[in-house]
Amino acid sequence: MEKPTIDQIAASLKEKFGDSIIAQEQHYDFPVFIIKKEALFSIVRFLYDDENYQFRYLTTMCGLHYPDAEQPFGMMYQLHSLTNNIRLRFKAFTTKSDLQYDSLIPIFSGANWMEREAFDFYGFTFKGHPNLKRILNVEDMDYFPMRKEYPVEDGTRTDKDDTMFGRKAAAFKKLN
Amino acid sequence: MELSKDIKEKEYTTLNLGPTHPATHGIFQNVLKMDGEIIVDTEQTIGYIHRAFEKLGEHKPFYQITTLTDRMNYCSSPINNIGWHMTVEKLIKAELPKRVEYMRVIIMELSRITDHLVCNSVIGVDTGAMTGFLYIFQWREKVYEIFEEICGARLTTNIGRIGGFERDFNEVAWRKIKSFVKEYPRALKEFESLLMRNRIFMDRTIGCGPISAERALNYSFSGPNLRAAGVDYDVRVMNPYSSYNEFDFIIPVGTQGDTYDRFMVRQQEMWESLSIINQAIEKLEKLEDKTSFHADIPDFYLPPKEEVYNDMEALIYHFKIVMGETDVPKGEVYHCVEGGNGELGFYLISDGGRQPYRLHFRRPCFIYYQGYPEMIKGGYLSDAILTMSSMNVIAGELDS
Repeated sequence: MEKPTIDQIAASLKEKFGDSIIAQEQHYDFPVFIIKKEALFSIVRFLYDDENYQFRYLTTMCGLHYPDAEQPFGMMYQLHSLTNNIRLRFKAFTTKSDLQYDSLIPIFSGANWMEREAFDFYGFTFKGHPNLKRILNVEDMDYFPMRKEYPVEDGTRTDKDDTMFGRKAAAFKKLN
Repeated sequence: MELSKDIKEKEYTTLNLGPTHPATHGIFQNVLKMDGEIIVDTEQTIGYIHRAFEKLGEHKPFYQITTLTDRMNYCSSPINNIGWHMTVEKLIKAELPKRVEYMRVIIMELSRITDHLVCNSVIGVDTGAMTGFLYIFQWREKVYEIFEEICGARLTTNIGRIGGFERDFNEVAWRKIKSFVKEYPRALKEFESLLMRNRIFMDRTIGCGPISAERALNYSFSGPNLRAAGVDYDVRVMNPYSSYNEFDFIIPVGTQGDTYDRFMVRQQEMWESLSIINQAIEKLEKLEDKTSFHADIPDFYLPPKEEVYNDMEALIYHFKIVMGETDVPKGEVYHCVEGGNGELGFYLISDGGRQPYRLHFRRPCFIYYQGYPEMIKGGYLSDAILTMSSMNVIAGELDS
């Protein structure tokens, strides 16, 4: 069977999902599709099931945060068709009030921990995830550390107020 | 899975395996639900050595991130370092001399050998064969001596620079590399003959912790663990980097995806790595270029320290690079290399600033360790230990 081109894939996605495909970009060697998050599951399902494309390998996924954007939160997914050696990246953006995505676990068992990681670091929730809890951070953490507003220094620590290194303006004020 | 009635009525033992246990070779916790000696279910806890690399990466200039990558898979840190450098090179569209690419291939294959060597000899230890481990470990030492000669460090190497290496390999390094590829086959052969057709070892490992190709793909396995299940996915062949397309090597694949297959795949890969190193040395000798060891990208390649002290231009570039004054293109790249454990990916979003805007590591360990409960269910506790060491789960990479 002939290897499908990116244009063919883009055309069939456009045909099947229409308005859910917001934009198509090319970043270096990667074709990127900006999609609506509601359509994510069905798009991945379609690409997985299609005999011609066979995108049956979930390379990775991760959260994104652009605080100044209209839709500040987003998830990035990368699919790989091992038979055709085509890799695709999908991005689905959303607002802070609606952080729920469809879980990809019914398609990829490997999505389990990747989604837990995205929940742990950004606070995304995944509909249908069987065990959505923090994975790398402590369970009683009450913030999402990868969001841009959280500083690298642990905000919950009180023992680090060494003003000499300008860590915290607040600590400096406290001394004066 | 529907449990039969008599199992339902049974009482189970809960066993806490880890977080620190000498048999788990790292900090992993598994809460096992056990029926006698059979594992019924397990719950994994990870994150004990989480160091927030992705968050730190957003606050560090490109060069300081190299040291973070060291500490992921510390059994083969040069691959991580070079993978990261190649990601930045892809972002800035740097062209590298062939000589640098071949030198990188030598370093990466050497570290693949150390990675597989540790994993395979530890499988031996867990089956009760300590000898192989003690015997073969001195060869890791010899590779570390090569790294030491090239970059000054051994375990967390921080090897190379964006654009190449900080200095050319010296005479001693070449001599050590050549004597390693000449003498290692004999030791590896001996190690092989100790375990490969050993009845006890085979009885112990065949059928232990198997996974099918479909399940392995569904769990996004990569590297030797995926290949042991029978899928010939190797980043070096699928999406070649650093001139791997010019090398002639085979991808060993298994059929059962059990511990023995994982052992055999790693074993065969060490032979392939040796052959790749030999080919690289040959190619280097044929090259006309005998001196270049870095690309000509003064905006990103840190100048040698003695030039920084004595040369105006070098001082300016050093200052610009260290203070993050050079212009980095905006954009996002994903670059992956075949690490010791599989597809090691770097997803980098640059907004033109001195640090990445977002940096995500695709860590093969983190992804394939999910498949562990499925692989050990219904097996013995001692098989679970063996399965874990044959999967080569590295805590540093798992937790980032």
